Amino acid sequence: MSDFKLTEWIFTTDHKRVGILYLIGSLAAFGVAGCAAVYIRLNQLSPSGGLFSDPQNYNIALYFHGAAMILAFLIPGLTGFFANYLVPLMIGARDVAFPRINAFSVWLFFAAIVLALISLMVSDGPDVMWTGYPPYSVTTVGNTAFYVFTVHLLGFSSILGAVNFLVTILYMRAKGMGFNQMNIFVWTVLGAFVLQLIFIPVLASAVTMLLFDKYLGTHFFDPTGGGDVLLYQNLFWFYSHPAVYVILLPAMGVLFEVISTMAKNRVFNYKACVYGGVFGLILLSGEVWVHHLYVAGMPNWLRTGQMVTTLLISVPVGLMVISLWGTLYRAAITYNVAMHYACACLFLLLVGGLTGIPLAMTVLDLHLGETAFIHAHFHFVMALFATFSIFSGIYFWFPKMTGRVADSKPALIGFWLNFVGVTMTFTPLFIIGMQGMPRRYATYEQFPQFEPYHQMATLGAMVVVVGMLLTFYSWINGAIRGPKAAENHWRSKSLEWTHAPSPPGPGNFPGQDPEVAKEWTPYDYAR
Amino acid sequence: MPSLRRLMAVAVPMAMAAAPAMANGGTPHSQWDHLWGHVLLDLVVIGVVFGLGALWMMFRYRAKSPDDVGTGPKLTKAQAIGWALLPAAIFMADDFFLAAKGWSLFTVYRSAPADAMEIKVTGYQWYWEFDYGNGVVTQELKVPVGKPVVLRMTSPDVIHSFGLAEYRVKEDLMPGRVSWLWFVADKPGKTVATCTMYCGLAHSKMYSDVVAVPASEFHAWMESKVRQARATTDSSRG
Ligand SMILES: [Cu+2]
Ligand SMILES: [Cu+2]
Repeated sequence: MSDFKLTEWIFTTDHKRVGILYLIGSLAAFGVAGCAAVYIRLNQLSPSGGLFSDPQNYNIALYFHGAAMILAFLIPGLTGFFANYLVPLMIGARDVAFPRINAFSVWLFFAAIVLALISLMVSDGPDVMWTGYPPYSVTTVGNTAFYVFTVHLLGFSSILGAVNFLVTILYMRAKGMGFNQMNIFVWTVLGAFVLQLIFIPVLASAVTMLLFDKYLGTHFFDPTGGGDVLLYQNLFWFYSHPAVYVILLPAMGVLFEVISTMAKNRVFNYKACVYGGVFGLILLSGEVWVHHLYVAGMPNWLRTGQMVTTLLISVPVGLMVISLWGTLYRAAITYNVAMHYACACLFLLLVGGLTGIPLAMTVLDLHLGETAFIHAHFHFVMALFATFSIFSGIYFWFPKMTGRVADSKPALIGFWLNFVGVTMTFTPLFIIGMQGMPRRYATYEQFPQFEPYHQMATLGAMVVVVGMLLTFYSWINGAIRGPKAAENHWRSKSLEWTHAPSPPGPGNFPGQDPEVAKEWTPYDYAR
Repeated sequence: MPSLRRLMAVAVPMAMAAAPAMANGGTPHSQWDHLWGHVLLDLVVIGVVFGLGALWMMFRYRAKSPDDVGTGPKLTKAQAIGWALLPAAIFMADDFFLAAKGWSLFTVYRSAPADAMEIKVTGYQWYWEFDYGNGVVTQELKVPVGKPVVLRMTSPDVIHSFGLAEYRVKEDLMPGRVSWLWFVADKPGKTVATCTMYCGLAHSKMYSDVVAVPASEFHAWMESKVRQARATTDSSRG
């Protein structure tokens, strides 16, 4: 810290610093998007619109919360920060394959964040939700261009990242490291980037057509000019369902690393997890998007066919879950803050995953779709699960990144407040969703009976605010004056702990290139 | 008024004219609730097994000393394959079971009874309009109890979605497309239909009452509405 030079960070090509830049950017986005969430919850305090009853600002807050959380926090946090910081260290490489392209990606990401923030300040802010469905997004006075250009920049950044990491993982592993010796996290990053590479161009083309329709007078989505409103939704979800796995996969990967290390146990049935779980998700991810269009008048056969493929998602996810649960079996668990978050993730995943089953069933979705039920479901399975996984990973690799430990009393209290708070926020939403409370509502005067549930949810959000403040405090405090960490603080067997100092210098590994033995695995605790 | 006579003609046998789709298992929405109950049970069982399993292991396998290591099993090839195929088979069995149940009710949802009464629904930013096809246009949906109702829906401006939670139905209304759904009110009562697809500033204020009334009352109401509609067209013509 003493010899900090700003230019060293701006012009850095070191994957670890690029990773930390991603972390700073995505946590900043998380902070702003979190404020939007608080604003939304305060708006729901009463049926007529709570503290601030301005529907326009409410709609912009919804847009910003969704877009920023998914595109600027979850995806860059997992595939930007964790992937950058950890993949080269875990596979024993000295950097990524194309370090300068890597630096370019992170600055594209920052440009996108700036663009997204500007969109909050213009007078005609985007009120199009993160999904940007036409014709609304085309006819609204709200600004759609910022949305489109933000997606372009992030997409470009992710495609560059995808190429970079696929090459790195395929060609730059340590001498002797076979595919079956890679960390599960590395596999999940590989899976996430395969999905990004295949599907981002589809999203980019969809939003580009939107831009053309709105500002250049084309008619891709305008039926009066021969277009089709549903084309956009099909293209959008053809990317955005796989995007759920771009988030879910690395979030699972982080959990496998934290849990196997803190449980000092080998991953249960590694190959089923990788070849059944990760590969299965990649294969199925492109055949299920219609579950987002169950109520959009799609042909019956398509709604039924994709109900089956969507239900079958339970097979790869189930295999990963069994491996995750099995890693606790006959383990020797020590609990730190990271492990608390990881254990909480198991419950968030369970609730979120299981509530996805009725939503996968077309006929049940005809009632549950577009309600608070689906809102609660995807918060549990994607938003909360992945956020808790990211937090778990931050506490776990904090000693690696800073040489200090962030575990402290505020960190632990913060965890419990966060866990209790999110449960309080989203459980009531399942209940009122089942009874027909629609999502994205600024007011709900036609459903006055739901008021106490909304108030409970808002109270939960306030608890989370306190938890988050403690959490952020524990990181800042830990980085500055946390207790010094041991070299391999959690006594892991993974390369980033066994072969690199904490924090690692340029080039990662002092002395010779790392090499691994034939029987080596990163989960080799039992000897 | 021939359309009115047609309405009267179906009014009498209506109480007994339960749609064929409803013959087994009651109305679609009561079948929905039944299926939902099954699925909920399925979820709770899986959730409790995995939830308690995780909790138990979290307590049972705490390290006794800092040097403790886990002794998780190293699977043989056969065990590894078994631990992949067996769970996959169980999950798939449950998936196909649920898919079959879901499909059969979906078929009910997507085949309206032939004797259904049809009402045109248009979603505007930000209100609903119900057109009974005989000159009667309302902003409140009134339906007779026991008579299946098909809503044929579209929108001239942006996408809306007609969500009628009471009857467990929902379908989007889109410019350039016509979508449909059907439901049947099994008892008199008032409920609310709301827009469930984000459509702008007053999205959450886009709702209408849906009132189910006994058939006789419905027809009396319809008759007066028709008379009213005719009077206004006559006077505007005159
Ligand atoms: Cu999806
Ligand atoms: Cu609407």
